[in-house]
Amino acid sequence: MAFRIIHYINQFFGGIGGEELADHQPETREGAVGPGLALNRAFNGEAEIVATIICGDNYCVGHQEEAAKLIASTVKRYNAEALIAGPAFNAGRYGLACGLAASVAASQGLPSLTAMYPENPGVEIYKAGAYILPTGDSARGMGKAVADMSVFLLKLLSGRKIGAPETEGYIERGVRVNAFYEEVGAERAVRMLLKKIKGEEFRTEYKMPVFDRVRPRPGLKDLARATIALVTSGGIVPKGNPDHIAASSARNYGAYNIDGLADLTAETHQTAHGGYDQTYANEDPDRVLPVDALRKMEKEGRIGKLFSTFYSTVGNGTAVASAKKWGGEIGAKLKNEGVQAVILTST
Amino acid sequence: MPVVHMASIVPISKSVGANRIIPTVAIPYPLGNPNLPPEEEAAVRRKLVEKALGALQTDVAEQTVF
Repeated sequence: MAFRIIHYINQFFGGIGGEELADHQPETREGAVGPGLALNRAFNGEAEIVATIICGDNYCVGHQEEAAKLIASTVKRYNAEALIAGPAFNAGRYGLACGLAASVAASQGLPSLTAMYPENPGVEIYKAGAYILPTGDSARGMGKAVADMSVFLLKLLSGRKIGAPETEGYIERGVRVNAFYEEVGAERAVRMLLKKIKGEEFRTEYKMPVFDRVRPRPGLKDLARATIALVTSGGIVPKGNPDHIAASSARNYGAYNIDGLADLTAETHQTAHGGYDQTYANEDPDRVLPVDALRKMEKEGRIGKLFSTFYSTVGNGTAVASAKKWGGEIGAKLKNEGVQAVILTST
Repeated sequence: MPVVHMASIVPISKSVGANRIIPTVAIPYPLGNPNLPPEEEAAVRRKLVEKALGALQTDVAEQTVF
């Protein structure tokens, strides 16, 4: 008998539609759909997708509780023995949805698995609660992802012990496991230290978590005299996108003057951001970058000044290393210009 | 220089380390709502920006969702 699997996918891979249907309410279909067909073939009769949950990415991210309930009840209704989600590649909202689906099933005690690009935000949020396999950043990596996922899921279902991430190939979960060694800890520690002193490669047994955090700055004391700057990862740029900021995996950011501008309009500005439905941001860019509201508050004396320049990039699949570098540069420029506070907007 | 992050997906805002977070309306229109008449939409935006200004004036010791 083949193991009974539930597969979670989004509206795009479910063949329902693209970004314009990202609000699509979840539906369940019998059998495999889209990438599930390839997964089923790779299972080679040992497991079978009995039902597919198809859900719009915006719906899942915006209604996490409802989505979690539906996933849990679908698993029960089909007497599923495992859940597989995605692969999501570098699609941020899809990654979050797949992470949610896999961790809901895991919390029900079911083997579960998803796969995505290591920089997908779903990894950071869900890696502790679910097995996540690394994939390429786009659907070009589908073939390898399907092969890796099917092998790993069958291994989970076999009940065999899953070893360390580096040997099994899943993304490190930050879970510590007790193990026995012939050598006592003191001997291992001295050996490690000697290697370190000699400049040789060594492997720690107890990784320290890396938190990228900054200490919160004190609050503004005098709003009515403060210069406030706008920064966005929502891709708002002057009409025509003069710096050619890419719709995804941006390679640059732009600085744009808004002196004397009371309002962003469809004639003056647009979004360069891919991955979300641009209709509303292009109709009225203030929906992403609230120049109109802040300009009014400046006139009313509620704030001292709206800074003359806003900074913008596209946060869609952008490498974390680039974002970090640009954030540092933008922060330094604003500080040099005497800006006292920043409003950062994200889509 | 305090920073406030106005974001549609709060878990991402938290995981990237924002200290002052304002949850917004929706991914394609964080600071608006095309389903509302223009005056009401402007009021929604004004209210969110007011909230952001409030957050900028508040001292926080750790990541805070306003």
